[in-house]
Amino acid sequence: MFEAVAFYLFAFLTITMFYITVTTAQALYALSALAAGMIFISAFFFILGADFLGAVQIIVYTGAVMALYAFGMMFFDTTREVKENHGNKYIVVGLSVVAAVMVVAIFSAPIISTNMQAFYPMVEGAGNTEQVGMVLFTKYLVPFEVAAIMLLVAMVAGIVLAGKKMDLSLTLMNAEEIQAAEDEKNKKVLS
Amino acid sequence: MDNAYLIETIIKVVVILLVFSALAGIGTYFERKVLAFMQRRLGPMNVGPFGLLQVGADGIKLFTKEDIIPSGVVAPIFKIAPVITAATAFMAAAAIPFLPAFTLFGYEVHPIVADINIGILYVLGVMAVGLFGPLLGGMASANKFALLSAARAAAVFISYEVVTGLAALAPIMMVGSLSLIDFNNYQIENGWIVWSQPLAFILFWIAAFAETGRTPFHLIANDHEIIDGFGTEYSGMRWGLFFIGEYANMFFISFVIPIIFLGGFGDGTVLGAFALLGKMAFFFFFFLWTRAAWPDVRPDQLMWLCWKVLMPLAVINVVITGFVMMF
Repeated sequence: MFEAVAFYLFAFLTITMFYITVTTAQALYALSALAAGMIFISAFFFILGADFLGAVQIIVYTGAVMALYAFGMMFFDTTREVKENHGNKYIVVGLSVVAAVMVVAIFSAPIISTNMQAFYPMVEGAGNTEQVGMVLFTKYLVPFEVAAIMLLVAMVAGIVLAGKKMDLSLTLMNAEEIQAAEDEKNKKVLS
Repeated sequence: MDNAYLIETIIKVVVILLVFSALAGIGTYFERKVLAFMQRRLGPMNVGPFGLLQVGADGIKLFTKEDIIPSGVVAPIFKIAPVITAATAFMAAAAIPFLPAFTLFGYEVHPIVADINIGILYVLGVMAVGLFGPLLGGMASANKFALLSAARAAAVFISYEVVTGLAALAPIMMVGSLSLIDFNNYQIENGWIVWSQPLAFILFWIAAFAETGRTPFHLIANDHEIIDGFGTEYSGMRWGLFFIGEYANMFFISFVIPIIFLGGFGDGTVLGAFALLGKMAFFFFFFLWTRAAWPDVRPDQLMWLCWKVLMPLAVINVVITGFVMMF
């Protein structure tokens, strides 16, 4: 009974939150609803007994949405509404309905067929975290490592893009050094 | 799910909520007294003996003050932000074992709401969500200083979280479990983890200061600006909820550090239980002590410290631990 109550409660909350995220014109509402929706999704992992993934969902998405907030702070006045260009509303509604029906059809198709079986059955006696580890470091080792390399590439690229003057820190320089750097910049502009 | 379990859980939740809400109030009293003695003042003296009733007076003041919602703010977010801080602090407490199991009227009580086997991850993750409170409160306030404070909250968040996770990873590798009860049981047989992981202990402790936003890293609500950062526009109990969340977080992290590194409640005797409370009291006192003794750092210094000093140290620590365990 508790599982059913929790499922319907969190399903309702998650859908409401993401609906707000998509429809609102205010950046702060959208970001807050996105964060709340991401955290409510973790409840489904907990209901299914996948505690580890639930906790990871919370940790990863709080960090990710926090970075989004930082960008939102830089780009928008988050207390005002953003003017948006609204196209044809009927197209949006129609596409969403078609997409939703297709997703339901895809995920409910295997239920009709009877020969369903788990590719990687649960290991008896192993905890939730160990289960994830076993599958991740045997069957999915290559995708895991490829993802690691991708993240490394992204990190190096980010450092290269952001780190053009990383050895300079205005807060650690004294007044003359700052003045010298300013003069250097002005010289380029003047010449 | 039987009824006894349900009733037991509800009682435990209510007890934890009541005890730690009260402790948060008493914590403010201790903070003022300790700070006062370290600065050669007397602290609260007038209300009751030794100013003990000051806690009640503060509570009455917070509850009866008008709850002002300024006209320029984004009202729904502004209203919900303090609740996030307080609620997540108490949600994190669900996986912390506060005392060893004991028998009450012939019924065995485990003073932990849910012994999920990902305890430490859950506690750290949910505590981290608490920083959304200052962030949202600051962004919704339509106040320049509050917005700056929210920006600093984001900076603090992205700095310390990696350090906390990596520092806790080395002890997790040694114990082989994420449950805080398993941490305690491991240390009964193998001695305290702090002797084999002194570096991880120090790193986790430093990150705990950033996590709770206490003084060396108290840059979310920046005292130097004279006003209260994200709390500038708040009044009454909404502001009080931020405070309850902060102090509850301090108490909970003061429980978590001894359980991970300093043996927890040991083998579960009465002595062990008091030892855990004693360790908790020391870590709580240490929070107040640093506030009296240290100045705040700047946001860029915090980021420099976390990313260029603490994180490499934590990574090296994890690698060394891995090699030692492998060979």
